[in-house]
Amino acid sequence: MFNASLKQLSTQLSEKKISSVELTEIFLKQLQKLNPSYNAFITVDEAMSLAQAKAADKKIAAGQAQPLTGIPIAQKDIFCTKGLLTTCGSKMLSNFVSPYDAGVIERFNQVGAVNIGKTNMDEFAMGSSNETSFYGPVRNPWDVAAVPGGSSGGSACAVAARMAPAATGTDTGGSIRQPAALCGISGIKPTYGLVSRYGMIAFASSLDQGGPMAKSAEDLALMLNVMVGFDGRDSTSLQRETEDYQHDLAKPLTGLRIGLPKEYFADGMSDDVAVATEAALEKYRQLGAKTVEVSLPNAHLSIPVYYVLAPAEASSNLSRFDGVRYGYRAKSYNDLDDMYRKSRAQGFGAEVKRRILIGTYVLSHGYYDAYYIKAQKIRRLIAQDFIDAYKQCDIIMGPTTPTVAFDLGEKNSDPIQMYLSDIYTSAASLAGLPGMSIPIGFGDKNRPIGLHVIGNYFTEAKMLNVAHQYQLETDWHLRSPQFD
Amino acid sequence: MTLSLNSVKRVAELAYIETNENEASAALTQLSGIFNLIEQMQEVDTTGVEPMSHAQDVSQRLRDDIVNESDQRELFQSIAPQVEEGLYLVPKVIE
Amino acid sequence: MQWEIVIGLEVHAQLSTQSKIFSGASTAYGATPNSQACAVDLALPGVLPVLNKGAVERAIKLGVAVGGKINSPSIFARKNYFYPDLPKGYQISQFELPVVDGGSLKIQVGETEKIVNLTRAHLEEDAGKSLHKDFHGMSGIDLNRAGTPLLEIVSEPDMRSSAEAVAYAKKLHSLVRWIGICDGNMQEGSFRCDANVSVRHKGTEKLGTRCEIKNLNSFRFMEKAIEYEARRQIEIIEDGGSIRQETRLYDADKNETRTMRSKEEAHDYRYFPDPDLLPLEISDEWINNLKATLPELPEARRDRYVATFDLSSYDAETLTSSRELADYFEAVVKQLPTQAKLCANWVMGEVSGRLNKEGIEITACPINPTQLAALLSRINDSTISGKAAKDVFNSMWSGEHAGDADAIIAAKGLKQMSDSGELEKLVDEVLSANAQQVADYRGGKQKAFNSLVGQVMKASRGKANPAQVNAILKQKLA
Repeated sequence: MFNASLKQLSTQLSEKKISSVELTEIFLKQLQKLNPSYNAFITVDEAMSLAQAKAADKKIAAGQAQPLTGIPIAQKDIFCTKGLLTTCGSKMLSNFVSPYDAGVIERFNQVGAVNIGKTNMDEFAMGSSNETSFYGPVRNPWDVAAVPGGSSGGSACAVAARMAPAATGTDTGGSIRQPAALCGISGIKPTYGLVSRYGMIAFASSLDQGGPMAKSAEDLALMLNVMVGFDGRDSTSLQRETEDYQHDLAKPLTGLRIGLPKEYFADGMSDDVAVATEAALEKYRQLGAKTVEVSLPNAHLSIPVYYVLAPAEASSNLSRFDGVRYGYRAKSYNDLDDMYRKSRAQGFGAEVKRRILIGTYVLSHGYYDAYYIKAQKIRRLIAQDFIDAYKQCDIIMGPTTPTVAFDLGEKNSDPIQMYLSDIYTSAASLAGLPGMSIPIGFGDKNRPIGLHVIGNYFTEAKMLNVAHQYQLETDWHLRSPQFD
Repeated sequence: MTLSLNSVKRVAELAYIETNENEASAALTQLSGIFNLIEQMQEVDTTGVEPMSHAQDVSQRLRDDIVNESDQRELFQSIAPQVEEGLYLVPKVIE
Repeated sequence: MQWEIVIGLEVHAQLSTQSKIFSGASTAYGATPNSQACAVDLALPGVLPVLNKGAVERAIKLGVAVGGKINSPSIFARKNYFYPDLPKGYQISQFELPVVDGGSLKIQVGETEKIVNLTRAHLEEDAGKSLHKDFHGMSGIDLNRAGTPLLEIVSEPDMRSSAEAVAYAKKLHSLVRWIGICDGNMQEGSFRCDANVSVRHKGTEKLGTRCEIKNLNSFRFMEKAIEYEARRQIEIIEDGGSIRQETRLYDADKNETRTMRSKEEAHDYRYFPDPDLLPLEISDEWINNLKATLPELPEARRDRYVATFDLSSYDAETLTSSRELADYFEAVVKQLPTQAKLCANWVMGEVSGRLNKEGIEITACPINPTQLAALLSRINDSTISGKAAKDVFNSMWSGEHAGDADAIIAAKGLKQMSDSGELEKLVDEVLSANAQQVADYRGGKQKAFNSLVGQVMKASRGKANPAQVNAILKQKLA
């Protein structure tokens, strides 16, 4: 049951072998058993989940079932859910019961999926280890001493520990792909603009993109079929023909040209990651693909560029948290300005404040051109690098992270070391390209390793095909941590 | 470039985040490190490059001028820190 | 030493859309507090802006009407600052690439014309209101107005007197109503003016340090505020002081300007392109379609009145001061095409005078153009004298005989006596009764003739047509 694919669960539901209520209860039980040790969920509302499951069973009985009808899905606590606490991992929103549903939540509700709970995350999605959450760190189910990655660490942990069949995440610089890699699951960040940002609490608007996290590429396809779609309430949402992300899964990979950016295979990658990555590439060669070296000459600047642009947008996006209309307000203050300053000083955690300061600084008078504009120009160069690379290949591969999951507390004191764990993922975010991570083995301390797959714009179906063919030949994606 | 304690304080003021001496000097050390990383950008020649502010090269979609929102004040104010007579209350605003 | 006042105006025109610029909430004025503040207006976490087409169309219309350049693409930017009436902590406005660049307005002060150049016109969202009422030491915030579309129209510092500033403001006020993009209601804040005022010695090029005066919610206040501010600055400089650049508030009760404390802290707005809004593309086709929907503009009408009705430019300017007045005038002329001057005089004179006296709009004028034309045609065919026409006008105004001029003329018996038989009889009587003056006249005393005319008029109780009386007398005394 816990290792079943979404398709298998869907079949069992439609064949009435199990009801959505029973399925939901099974996962709720698992969640209640494991969550205390992993802290993957911030809010669980069993009554609500079971009510949704009941409704789903009616839908199924009425023969109106869709692929995800009745299946429990964990929702990252960055997506506003009407009537449910939506904290974004922050004290600032620790009392925020959202009065409306995010576009993504609406889409899951429409197909009758069951919301099994809101997952823990780095505060306002700012972090790569889940240690910045006001609700405490999430543990890596493969090794409680290790971080699960971030910012979608709660979702990654929930899927890896089989507390939920699948989950949603969001990715601004690697927040789906990095935790997926560190927790040994699959996750994809679609092309920017495919998944509605309406009701997805903004970190960096021009980079944020929602996406699914699940065990396999096949599951990701079913999740994308629900999550992707135009939303008129988001000006950056793209109007495109709806596609079935499963349609290319079965295609053979013969003739596939895999681009290997030489910059990503240069030093910096740890040996265990290098070995696993090479093994995965070898498997692809066996599947009929050929690898070609490509170059992303400006990719090494993606971290500096990212840490100018993302904080700049964030510093402005987070100005609305002022203790006036909702959220945290300081208990005592002298006047209006003091109320603002204390509410924000007390409501935000250290990392969020740090990034607000960076962002405010790079936008402030006299530095705008030297930092913000400069970064936007290099952003274009980075995007252009990919366009050039795709003249020689169909898809790009490399490691998702330079190392396996690090220990809790290991990089807390050193923000820069923390930032560098997104070194391979942030470039695709800046370019707006789709990026995916799939499990390809285990390394140091038997911690999972992920393969980073970057596709050209709107080639999600092809990427899932490439991942699925690998997963037909391997079972890394089926491995799950052992619990006593 | 070198960041000064005063510029950190100035930025905290702009961002409306109360910051005491210790926090400011701690932030100074961390921010200085981060800005050294950021400085790497200056090594690239970007003359003639168009800044990229959006991931997709598309233009703004327009909404028809139609009222499609109804009064939800009660719901919205049920989560407000302090309201009275339908107004959000804040410490005196001085003009 | 001669001083010169230099004035530039920033006008915030509230665009007459149904919904807000970035949300579907209503913009109706005077709703109960926060009942028209939707999730987007309240800046709830996760909400996003989507641009209102109606707001853009109105901005383009203004741009076309003032002959400005419509930018495409046009960019929306965030202006970052904290204030309780600004829910997002930033205002969505435009910085680089506003919808409109340049353009100009022709103003007239007395008999002299002048061109005032525009710098730009950009779209932005309005903020909410912090109410003055005190809630046990706290302020109440109403966000109904937050997100209402504004067009900020910025002029060059081209004005040199409060009179010019007012003329410009009035011209712009009339234009935005003329093209139907703003209701111009200054009491409700639909048309808000800020003035940048500085002074310098006449003949010097360099601009003095300017102060921005806010809260000029009537043309009268604008005039007084600018005059006060200019005096204030001149006095400071003449006392050897210097002007500090600042924002000042006009206090109508005290008739003075004072520093706005809250605006004093040095701002750093950290403008940057809003990542939630994409570049706004405006096609030539769209501009041309909108151009086609515009009514004939004031300038064009003004020139047409001078050319085809041969009115003075001053009269033409006055008649085109509002579209409604111009329409009224044209409706009258339409029925008396040869008598444009007569129509103009009455519309600007009796009609406008009476409207001002009673403080009502031309659209509410109790005498409609057809009725007025009927009256004027009676002057024209000399059925009644101009003097008598004013009596008739007053009766029409008060609605007697359903405003039918002829009915009133008949009822009051104001019809001029033009039956020559009747007149000759009168003249004969007068002549025989005044043998002496007849003799005097024949003896060459011109004055005697005039007194005879007077006698006849008197005998006709003013109803005789003076010209006719002259003619008959001349012929009888010949």
